[in-house]
Amino acid sequence: MIPELGNFALILALLLAITQGTLPIIGAARGIPSWIALARPVVQGQFVFLAIAFGCLAYSFVSNDFSVLNVARNSNSELPIQYRIAASWGSHEGSLLLWVFMLAAWSVAVSVFSRHLPDEMVARVLGVMGLVSVGFILFLLVTSNPFDRLFPAALEGSDLNPLLQDPGMVIHPPMLYMGYVGFSVAFAFAIAALISGQMDAAWARWSRPWTTVAWVFLTIGIMLGSWWAYYELGWGGWWFWDPVENASFLPWLVGTALVHSLAVTEKRGSFKSWTVLLAICAFSLSLLGTFLVRSGVLTSVHAFATDPTRGVFILAFLVIVIGSSLLLFAWRAPKVGLGGKFDLVSRESMLLANNLLLMVAAGSVLLGTLYPLIMDSLDLGKISVGPPYFEAVFVPLMTPAIFLMGLGPLARWKQASLPELMLRLRWAFGVSVITALLMPFVMGEWKPLVSFGLLLAFWIIATIFVSIQQRLRNSGQGGLFAKLAKQSRSYYSMHLAHLGIAIFIIGVTLVNGYETEKDVRMEIGSTVTMGGYTFRFNGASPVSGPNYKAMRGDIDVLRNGEKIRVMQPEKRTYNASGMAMTEPAIDTGFLRDLYVAMGEPLENGAWVVRVYHKPFVDWIWFGCLLMAFGGMLAVTDRRYRLKMHSKHVETAAVEDGKRVTNNNTGLATGGRKA
Amino acid sequence: MNPVSSFKPLKNSYQQKIFGLRNIFSTKQFILLLTLVLLSPLSWAEEALPVAEDPAIEKRMLALSEDLRCLVCQNESLAGSRADFANDLRREIREQLKANKSDQEIIDFLVSRYGDFVLYRPPVKPATYLLWGGPFVFLLIGAGILFFYLKRRRKQIEEPPLTEEQHRHAETLLKENKGNNA
Repeated sequence: MIPELGNFALILALLLAITQGTLPIIGAARGIPSWIALARPVVQGQFVFLAIAFGCLAYSFVSNDFSVLNVARNSNSELPIQYRIAASWGSHEGSLLLWVFMLAAWSVAVSVFSRHLPDEMVARVLGVMGLVSVGFILFLLVTSNPFDRLFPAALEGSDLNPLLQDPGMVIHPPMLYMGYVGFSVAFAFAIAALISGQMDAAWARWSRPWTTVAWVFLTIGIMLGSWWAYYELGWGGWWFWDPVENASFLPWLVGTALVHSLAVTEKRGSFKSWTVLLAICAFSLSLLGTFLVRSGVLTSVHAFATDPTRGVFILAFLVIVIGSSLLLFAWRAPKVGLGGKFDLVSRESMLLANNLLLMVAAGSVLLGTLYPLIMDSLDLGKISVGPPYFEAVFVPLMTPAIFLMGLGPLARWKQASLPELMLRLRWAFGVSVITALLMPFVMGEWKPLVSFGLLLAFWIIATIFVSIQQRLRNSGQGGLFAKLAKQSRSYYSMHLAHLGIAIFIIGVTLVNGYETEKDVRMEIGSTVTMGGYTFRFNGASPVSGPNYKAMRGDIDVLRNGEKIRVMQPEKRTYNASGMAMTEPAIDTGFLRDLYVAMGEPLENGAWVVRVYHKPFVDWIWFGCLLMAFGGMLAVTDRRYRLKMHSKHVETAAVEDGKRVTNNNTGLATGGRKA
Repeated sequence: MNPVSSFKPLKNSYQQKIFGLRNIFSTKQFILLLTLVLLSPLSWAEEALPVAEDPAIEKRMLALSEDLRCLVCQNESLAGSRADFANDLRREIREQLKANKSDQEIIDFLVSRYGDFVLYRPPVKPATYLLWGGPFVFLLIGAGILFFYLKRRRKQIEEPPLTEEQHRHAETLLKENKGNNA
């Protein structure tokens, strides 16, 4: 009964989505106020029914209803309750339902926080989101219904993949999907702007916070995924360039470009068509990512081809979404205007160059991810494209991007002078080179790659200092703190996010350069020493979890002969699936992680144990958190909150320090050099 | 705890020496010595043996297997995986290294047995030209488009500079109009 209710709610949501995707858009085009006014209530209604549908699925999982195929395949009565709830989005069908549910949640958020926008604009934005929703709900109902019954019902479910039975996996997919789906808002704003032809600085200002929030979610989602891989896969890697990871990284790269391009559109009125194109790209890649991961095409091209209904639907949907939006773009973009003039050396050009590098990087990652699939499906042979390829391509592309990252915030809009920039940055450059050359000695051994990575990181940090110092010098009277308080949150948010990149690079560089690993046979009582720590193996004993049995190792960690903690890695065997899992023990520290994983048992209670010393590894995720925090801070900037009070802003006055420019005067003064 | 039984698993020369000492010292002295030895926490612990016998070979093996795919795993390298298949292949590589084979010889051997699929660094050959060349092509095309777009854009926006005469003319017009428009 409950699954049927869910199914029915899903059908009702589809009907509402169809209404949402048609009437408000037509109403906005024809000027029918009552149809325009439909947008908000319909969105909220759709959200309610999707919430019911999702609730029904979660209930089926929680109550162990093995007469539902999806539950029988992905759950088990021994599964702890939190993982039963998480299992509702563990499968292909469930994750797609989560996807549309989140789309509805974002739509509701847009309908609530858009009171200051013109009603036609809101109607168009919500209409476009409704059309996306139609596609997804149809896909669910036609090819991947999560409520399909199983006759006769199974007595017991076959269990959730043990890899997914982890707190990280409970929140990682929702975060990632919040990011994916969030780009649909940026996409909907872009399409709405193309339809209406109204695309000015005000438009950029409306869509910017939404894009930033989506980017923040995606950043956290990717970070959680990486962290999960680190402590769950049992060998301490944090990024594998796996197609699944690339699928989430692609929209991130394009989203990062979009966030920066939007900044230029808002401040200077330039790059409008480029910004729109990026918004379309970011969302298309989110769709592609969702389908790549969820359709099974990555695991086996041929298995995928034998059941082509899903694949055909997916391809058709992608072609319709991408094709129609690009057609619309080609038709309307030439009319949007060019915005303010800028020189070849200016902040605009640097941001554009950085955008280009990010897009080329995204294009290359996409190429490397799809290439083996294409070759395989064309019978050209099976190849693997792995980390060596991606690193060879990605690092050279990001190096100039990071160099520009230091330059950009210090360069003037419109027209900058290279000699002047060089003069202002010579100390930053000198300091970062010298520190980068010396730092590896502090770590114990000089390595060229470490020095190079640190140079990039220190360059970012040094330029941030220079930027803040010069900004304060130009901030008029007052003490240091008064001046610091005077700067806008968006200014700090930019530097915080950039600092996050620097911290991330330091983490990556140092852990790659100095991590040590030992694969040892540990007798009871024997020790292994690394990085100044001694690990003493006290044997392993059996323990049993809710749905697994495990051997738990007991390892004392000693420093200078003193015991500082006990580490208890486990080797688990899950009851239902019989799958063996390595559950490492990690001692997290500011400067290093100690990481111990159990290998295979040997005779006399001895075990093969893998011990790692990973310097600075946590900086990787801390850097990601800083980036995300920077994004959050940007969204809370004063100018977005002020907007709540003033309705209908035709021209956005831009507070870029002292200069006030709007879109039209930007064009008019284009010929004169300010 | 019986101090002697705790030595049971030890079979190295160090232990034989201690038992040899027993003949020289009295039992009492021996126990005293033993207590002292046991009190320093590490002295009785044996350093665990690495799984690999030869660290140099192990290092080369790891460097090699980092770039090789464990064919039975879901996208894991030979170095990272602990599947039986990966364990076997690592042993195989170790043995070939011991037999003084070069890295390239081992890679060739693995490719002849498993095909290009085993390589994480795809070989450069006609079918992968596009893969390896793609990023450069993207960058060149992108930079080209960007350059010409910026050039054209500047032209489109730029008004032709005023000549000295036009400038003066404009100024006089402005002056004349000032009173009317104010």
